[in-house]
Amino acid sequence: MSDVKELTAAQRADLRTVAAMIVPESDEYKVPGADDAAIQADMLATLGRDTALVAQALDHLAKLAGKPLAELDEARCEAVAQEFRARGGVAAATLVRVVLQCYYRDDRVLRSLGLELRAPFPKGHVLPDGDWSLLDPVRERGGVLRRAP
Amino acid sequence: MKNDPVDVLIIGAGASGAAVAWSLADTKMHILCLDQGGWMNPAEYPSTGRDWEAKFYGEWATSPNVRRRPEDYPINDDNSPINVVNFNAVGGSTVMYTAHWPRLHPSDFKVKTLDGVADDWPIDYDALTPFFEENDRMMGVSGLSGDPLSPLSHPPMPPQPLGLSGPLLGKALNKLGWHWWPSDTTVATMDYEGRARCINLGHCTPACAQGAKASTDITYWPHAIRAGVELKTHCRVREILTNEQGMASGVVYYDKDGVEQFQPAEVVIIACNGVGTPRLLLNSVSGKFPNGLANSSGLVGKNLMFHPYAQIYGFVKEPTDSNRAPPTCLWSKEFYDTDLSRGFVRGYGIQFGRGAGPVFEAVASEQKGILPWGKDHHRVFRRLNGHRLAVSAICEDLPEEHNRVTLDPVLKDSHGIPAPKIDYTISANSRKMMDHALARGREVLDAAGATDICINDPIPWGGWHLLGTARMGTDPARSVVNEWGRSHDVKNLFIVDGSIFVTSGGVNPTSTIQALALYIADQMKHRLANLFD
Repeated sequence: MSDVKELTAAQRADLRTVAAMIVPESDEYKVPGADDAAIQADMLATLGRDTALVAQALDHLAKLAGKPLAELDEARCEAVAQEFRARGGVAAATLVRVVLQCYYRDDRVLRSLGLELRAPFPKGHVLPDGDWSLLDPVRERGGVLRRAP
Repeated sequence: MKNDPVDVLIIGAGASGAAVAWSLADTKMHILCLDQGGWMNPAEYPSTGRDWEAKFYGEWATSPNVRRRPEDYPINDDNSPINVVNFNAVGGSTVMYTAHWPRLHPSDFKVKTLDGVADDWPIDYDALTPFFEENDRMMGVSGLSGDPLSPLSHPPMPPQPLGLSGPLLGKALNKLGWHWWPSDTTVATMDYEGRARCINLGHCTPACAQGAKASTDITYWPHAIRAGVELKTHCRVREILTNEQGMASGVVYYDKDGVEQFQPAEVVIIACNGVGTPRLLLNSVSGKFPNGLANSSGLVGKNLMFHPYAQIYGFVKEPTDSNRAPPTCLWSKEFYDTDLSRGFVRGYGIQFGRGAGPVFEAVASEQKGILPWGKDHHRVFRRLNGHRLAVSAICEDLPEEHNRVTLDPVLKDSHGIPAPKIDYTISANSRKMMDHALARGREVLDAAGATDICINDPIPWGGWHLLGTARMGTDPARSVVNEWGRSHDVKNLFIVDGSIFVTSGGVNPTSTIQALALYIADQMKHRLANLFD
């Protein structure tokens, strides 16, 4: 695999476009799209070890599109996306995962989902004890552990 | 460089290495353990950061090939539908596991007698009973005694709450009239032996920042070190050397600075589990042992058993625990024992999952094709996220010699030591078992009202359980170690990890691995006067 350290300007533009194709802005849920500037900045800042595969995926996308993704009409864009998802392999999966992992840690998105804006530690979560009487039928049925000679 | 000799040298500070070190400490022998990893820092565990889920895909991935920490070694598992997962540090893979804590059943030790397949173990469940109990106290187990279809255990702590997911699953299983029970786990439900109780960080598998999940770096090791055991970290053993009498004389290892060292020892104990152990033995070639150490049977590396996992999951209308609880909550032994009318021999345990966090859900659902791109993404994601229930069958893998660990002719670790290569196929019996499990899992999910059903068949990154590659037995032609863990060929060489399993059962093996390690340590202590006879 090539030793790609960062994305080119063209790759960054396509990343922004494909991110919006995956997760567009929504007025209904009051959330940004994955092409939002802050989310894009998070992606670029944390690409790290995924950079080479993401670059490879974006190059594949560019080849499928034949020009910058943003310049495609809607139907062509949809066709390219389908081809990319179907045959993009590990590189495509990595790109999609990078988009989603940055999108679903954005404060505005988490707030829209009703999730707290924090790490799990140190507060943790409270778990209801649950209805232990549900075990009564299991106890009543019983059972015998298979004997060993 | 040559070091002062030690009485006992243990290779590997994970589940079994820690247990055997602690147990042998009361002999007052000079015990040294070498581990290729280091001490982990809980302050750096994923759940301490906002990017906790993303780390699971990078430096906290379960696969060493993805994770690529300096402490890891590569594994060529291209020729296997199941990828090896492990962790290399003080604590080993107990740092990174789900803490699910069933034991093998008594019947698992007599497979040949009961079902006419594979081989019986040379020991039985009763031989391990006191060590299961001792290990449960040392690791700190929570659970509910009285499960009618599991071996009797006495967990020192109460079970985890059922939460939201447990009752949804329990009701579904009751509709079907099937067995279920809250899982024994090594997650502390109360303050225990210096460990803080579980606060439901939810992301247990890649290490517990709270310290509620038992890993041997915080259970056995502090006790062992206080008792005088010496532990050297970032020391990767290359090979075990032997003397003219065919006894192990010590090991060659690379220290934390990469300097080659020789460590002489009177007794060598290997605790590197089902891939690391055969790798080390096969790398320990000499004129007297041209096919690798302890390998006169030719069985070192063979009979690899993984436990193929057949997983099916779906989404219910009710909220589930998702990432707000330890990942597993219940088990079922409904299909654990052989019933030939099912079309296969032996059986499987089932573990039930509480759900997943938002990033994991988004990534997995997109990959499965149930989470669309575009405008509908948000609506569908809100229906899926926080609503997952999972059913995972842990299928008993029978030993087959063609499933094996060998040395890769090309791939090497960062010290130039040949890396392991895995060749593994899922057997016809396992395939039928997995199909049966998936069909039964669908029934559970239907009874729970789940939709959008997805399967992982097998779970591709599910090679947690690395068993059988240096099996125990009384016949030196058919086994690598004897009934108390000593090599048939090298009388001061012992193996105490999952590689000595004869068969795999249908449950997570760590509890049994550690009970075996304690049993072997006990046997050694009783035989100290004539250990090498």
